[in-house]
Amino acid sequence: MALKKIDYARPVYIIDGCRTPFLKARGKPGPFKHTDLAINASRALLQKMPFEADAFDEVIFGAAMPGSDEANISRIVALRLGCGDKVPAYTVHRNCASGMQSLDNAALSIADGRSDLILAGGIEAMSRAPLLLHDNMVNWLANWWGARSLSAKIKVLWQLRPAYFAPVIALLNGLKDPVVGLSMGQTAEKIAYRFGITREMMDRYAVQSHQRLLLAQKNHELPEIVPIFDQKGNLYDLDEGVRADSSIEKLGKLKPAFDKPFGTVTPGNSSQITDGAASLVLASAEAVEKHNLPVLARLVTTHWAGLAPDEMGLGPAHAIAPLLRSRRLKAESIDYWEINEAFAAQVLAVVEALKDKKYCIEHLGIRSAIGEIPMDRLNIHGGGISLGHPVGASGARIVLHLAKILQAKSAKRGIASLCIGGGQGGAMLIEREGV
Amino acid sequence: MANSLLTKNTSHWRSDIDQQGILWLILDQKDASTNVLSAEVLQQLDSILDKIHRELPLAVVFKSAKSSGFIAGADINEFLQVTNQQEALILIRRGQGVFNKIEALSCPTIALIDGFCMGGGTELVLACDYRIASDNPSTRIGLPEVKLGIHPGFGGVVRLTRLVNPFQALEMMLSGRALSARDAKKIGLVDYVQPERQLTRAVTHIALTTPPKRKLPWTGTLLSLPLIRSLVTFIMKKQVAKKASIEHYPAPYALLDVWNKYYGSPSMMEQEAKSVASLVQGETVRNLIRVFFLQSRLKGLADKHTFQPRHVHVIGAGIMGGDIAAWCALKGFRVTLQEREAKYLSNAFARAHQLFARKLKTQHERNQAIDRLIPDCDGNGVAHADVIIEAIFENIEAKHAIYKDIEPRMRKDAVLATNTSSIPLETLAAALQQPERLVGLHFFNPVAMMPLVEIVKKDDTPASVVNQASAFSLHIGKLPLPVKSSPGFLVNRILVPYLIEAVTLHEEGIAIEAIDKAAIDFGMPMGPVELADAVGLDICLSVATNLSSFSGFQVPEILKKMVAAKTLGKKTGSGFYQYKKGHPIKDHDANMGLQQEIQNRLIYRLLNESAACLREGIVDDLDLLDAGVIFGTGFAPFRGGPLNYGKDSGVNSIQQNMKIYQQRFGDRFEPDEGWTSV
Repeated sequence: MALKKIDYARPVYIIDGCRTPFLKARGKPGPFKHTDLAINASRALLQKMPFEADAFDEVIFGAAMPGSDEANISRIVALRLGCGDKVPAYTVHRNCASGMQSLDNAALSIADGRSDLILAGGIEAMSRAPLLLHDNMVNWLANWWGARSLSAKIKVLWQLRPAYFAPVIALLNGLKDPVVGLSMGQTAEKIAYRFGITREMMDRYAVQSHQRLLLAQKNHELPEIVPIFDQKGNLYDLDEGVRADSSIEKLGKLKPAFDKPFGTVTPGNSSQITDGAASLVLASAEAVEKHNLPVLARLVTTHWAGLAPDEMGLGPAHAIAPLLRSRRLKAESIDYWEINEAFAAQVLAVVEALKDKKYCIEHLGIRSAIGEIPMDRLNIHGGGISLGHPVGASGARIVLHLAKILQAKSAKRGIASLCIGGGQGGAMLIEREGV
Repeated sequence: MANSLLTKNTSHWRSDIDQQGILWLILDQKDASTNVLSAEVLQQLDSILDKIHRELPLAVVFKSAKSSGFIAGADINEFLQVTNQQEALILIRRGQGVFNKIEALSCPTIALIDGFCMGGGTELVLACDYRIASDNPSTRIGLPEVKLGIHPGFGGVVRLTRLVNPFQALEMMLSGRALSARDAKKIGLVDYVQPERQLTRAVTHIALTTPPKRKLPWTGTLLSLPLIRSLVTFIMKKQVAKKASIEHYPAPYALLDVWNKYYGSPSMMEQEAKSVASLVQGETVRNLIRVFFLQSRLKGLADKHTFQPRHVHVIGAGIMGGDIAAWCALKGFRVTLQEREAKYLSNAFARAHQLFARKLKTQHERNQAIDRLIPDCDGNGVAHADVIIEAIFENIEAKHAIYKDIEPRMRKDAVLATNTSSIPLETLAAALQQPERLVGLHFFNPVAMMPLVEIVKKDDTPASVVNQASAFSLHIGKLPLPVKSSPGFLVNRILVPYLIEAVTLHEEGIAIEAIDKAAIDFGMPMGPVELADAVGLDICLSVATNLSSFSGFQVPEILKKMVAAKTLGKKTGSGFYQYKKGHPIKDHDANMGLQQEIQNRLIYRLLNESAACLREGIVDDLDLLDAGVIFGTGFAPFRGGPLNYGKDSGVNSIQQNMKIYQQRFGDRFEPDEGWTSV
């Protein structure tokens, strides 16, 4: 398989970004709607910019399940943000990578010369995923509204069954692959089995994720988070998923959530259902010069890959391998890695796959192993397991945080990658060299 | 039809007959931006109506050519020129006559209301058969005559109570509150509320189909039966008495009497006219009209178009800073609110959400306001702001540190303001590279309620800065009052001696209920003791201490003791009064003492300080001083301001009385030299 070198035709710069804290879903609609989250992140970001909101050429957000009253949510965000009537906006969807897709779309548009300054990012308020009516109930309602006479109404009423009232949980629907009939957790079980990832390895990884996030919070290493306030004035300024008391013993007590009762993937070693949004400003060299913008990093290239839906968790390996090869880079050329923690099993399997020569040759179409991703360079401030994975937002979050890490560590190069429900992987290379 | 006599235009009215034969009478008052029912406008309408009587069109539609609204009301200046009751009666009868002619037309008459419709304008539309209002948020229909000390006289009382449930009709006239189009539809004042794009179709529909005219619903008819009417009147008078006494504000009572005694009688129209004519001559009306003009004067102190800010940055999210920020966001500004740490912003955001929920009716308007209020702990908004308002605690070093931090990042054309009430502007400005930039924007608590903002200027403050600060006040719906930088500025300076006198009276053993009653009887909205509790005794003490050496009075010991004991007033549940659910517990059996003397002591202190401020030139003239005290303290509006009251009661007699008080109570009552220029 020939490897394509697909850099952006014109340089694309990440100027800066902000995100909301990620808020735990607590079984009922959270305090912020999808748009509220995006507005909070974006307006704080705009205050850091020397230009006004109407200077954007486009607004592009990713969202996997926006509210029913927020179709094309990006346009709503743009208008509420004060971009004015004339800034066009559209919304992208690539499941868990929607937030990264928005950055790629923005980068392509800048590279193409169509745009110079774009607001892009990702949004998800998973707590606000709707409850739906069962098809039987919808059919019954249609009959009920159609029944004109009293006798017809009584007849229809007689057909109503208690089971019709059971709601359909859209969130669970969204997390199940309709092609292979497996839930996302089951695909994680599958690759854990394939690569011999044990329950203990997963739990150990999960505990580490919490500890890393805790330390990062203590050391103020998450400068991209902006404080937000709800209707009652309550302040949210930290990722809520973090557990200071997380331990292997405690996690060991949790029951498997997907392959019951003998599985290994539990809520404790999976990403958390959360609400959040991340927002970034991307610019061309011309815009950087015109507005005298500080540059955070350069967005070098993005690779997308497809694989079997029932092994979707390995998606990052399939995207990272060709990306590195196309630029003749090795694993050790990358200073820091962000691989979204959908499941501990899945992150660990990706690491295993990339150093497994056999897997690389048979499945990634390359002649040797990619190499080892050192754990002290991977997700160094925690990830989806500790801070949560608001589906559409995570892709933008990991790119933004990776850029902030490179800046703080004066490092050169980083890769952000995530697995995508439906059997895909995405990886984005950013650099600070010469920036 | 085009050649009809009816299509002849006059200087104020345009006439046009459309294809259906509907006559459109369009009011476009010459050389004015808003329509007012002047003598000339009415005269021309009168002769047009005579012609219509002779040559009936399919229907007559009244509408305005002004984008601002329909008709703002009668011409107040004409009422001021009236010298006796007979002249007033003639003026009123003339208006009634014109509107009676509208009512008598045998073709359908339709009023089209888009924008405001006030006073005489509302009375005109009431004389029509049908009323259509646009759903534009600027549409407001009201009868605000009571605010000027009179009540509707061009048949408004007669026709509104005939159309609308009397409780709602009377409430509307007694409060002077203007209704939105939706609310007007709800009570039956208008027949249709339509978007602008459907207004013409609505007119055509009515003209062609002439649906039955709206009548008083049966509940209204029931409430208007003779005995029930007396009961309704009794109830309404009791409610009015809670807000305004008959001595100070006779108009609401007169209005209720007209309805109660003459409803349904053919003489009601004449009685309405007579009642207004007798009110017009009163001092209350003259002073309330004065207040109206003072308000217009403050509104005219700056031209809003010369300064059009978009972004306000507020530093400090305490009660004042937070409320100022919320108010600006409510009024359409983008606001960044800065605090040292995010946690200190919580309270401000909670209050802001409450304000938006109270003031904004629809969810999308609230969302917009919320979106405009941005937490900003890093102070990034400084670089964007057109207006920066520093409202942190009163500490010179802390304020200096902030100015030094923000000055290099501020835009060159940004206005830099402080909300300080006790630190001289000159001291604060010393930390700036460009000290002349600093101006005071002194808001009053509660920000959402108080209409005034003092624009504090130093000797070196450029006129352009004062102008920008004033224009900004107008943009956020507040009245600007330029004042000299001097301790207490104007409002606190005048208020404090009055409050101190109240505390002194209390120290002498007079019941606080007696002190407050004396002030309320004078016409104050709240007694001085209750006011001190509401403001907070700690704040009173700090302002008083700040002013004591300057104004030459002693801070009462009791105030210091109470602050030391943390009984700070309403906010701690205990001050001079004890509070239950935010209301003071008053002893109704308290000894009321020598009410006149208590009142004089309180008011003389306030008047004397006013004279001193005039002499020192704290504000430019007497009118501005009165305006400041009325809008800054709520000083009895029907008295037209402290110095106007002084003039009305005789400057000489006041000075003589004060000399007596000086001998009895001390030198603080020595008449100020400023009285000579009153």
